[in-house]
Amino acid sequence: MIVAERKPIDEIIGFIKNYKKILLVGCNECVTVCYAGGKKEVGILASALKMAFKKEGKELEIEEVTLERQCDHEYLEEIRSIIDQYEAVVSLACGVGVQFMAEKYFSTPVFPGVNTCFLGVTEASGVWTERCQACGQCILGQTAGICPISRCAKRLLNGPCGGSTNGKCEISKDLDCAWQLIIDRLKELDRLDDYEEIMPIKDWSTERAGGPRKVVREDLKS
Amino acid sequence: MRLTYPDSIRIIRLPCTGKVDVIHMMEAFQKGADGVYVAGCLEGECHYLTGNLKAKKRVEYTKKLLDEIGVGGERLEMHNIAASDGPRFAEVAKEMHEKIKALGPNPIKGATLNKKAA
Repeated sequence: MIVAERKPIDEIIGFIKNYKKILLVGCNECVTVCYAGGKKEVGILASALKMAFKKEGKELEIEEVTLERQCDHEYLEEIRSIIDQYEAVVSLACGVGVQFMAEKYFSTPVFPGVNTCFLGVTEASGVWTERCQACGQCILGQTAGICPISRCAKRLLNGPCGGSTNGKCEISKDLDCAWQLIIDRLKELDRLDDYEEIMPIKDWSTERAGGPRKVVREDLKS
Repeated sequence: MRLTYPDSIRIIRLPCTGKVDVIHMMEAFQKGADGVYVAGCLEGECHYLTGNLKAKKRVEYTKKLLDEIGVGGERLEMHNIAASDGPRFAEVAKEMHEKIKALGPNPIKGATLNKKAA
């Protein structure tokens, strides 16, 4: 899922300090799971903002809405009937949702409430780590299900570098060496021969480095 | 036990402090509370095992949030009192009362009052 973190309150206050009536929109998917922008967090942020404004002697009217997602037309349409009542929107969705909201509601200022961090997993309660960089050319089949593009600090494709020590990456003792993990797993799966096959130079054109990307399915277009 | 404790305390009863969530503490301050404390069982003695530990973490989080918005995390505290310890309950109530009195009223009330006066 997409992992995000709430922005510092004073940054959010900076965005909306001149408004009196705003819509605070959460998202029921990824940001709910990482406790950054779901219904609960919308409630907490609304309370915090109201108090911060009241402390300055100002009133802030906030309507709290949590949509199923903010990256699909049908869900964003749900607020069309009410959005004109508000001076601005603070969206707690990931960057995707904030942008889609801004595109759909062209004349309403939209501000982000979270910093979108990465695509990752819930490793443990309260701990989220990166797993995928959306490079567009998945090689997990050859690397026993562990991605060197996202988990190797140097994104190496053919084995660990000299800095790999005791299974840890040289940049941090808390970071596992992705290639150590790959080799361990290939050993477990009895596929160490796969390790001997050299992976060719990666075609990075499908990565973000090649420009903003698009996927089209002709069979699904209406 | 007929012990006396300050009348500034309003008690909200819960089955376990594990039920307390960040929003409850935030709303208490939003509605004008000058101070809030969460009184849970002694650590290791929670009937539901970890409820008071969860509450402790949520209180810490809310304290930081209150600092961020300028209300002040020192107005919120977590205390651990055994269910049968009446004297300690009264003692904590008196301590919190004195502490909050020294801190003054909730700043969100202050601003509106000052504006009205101005």
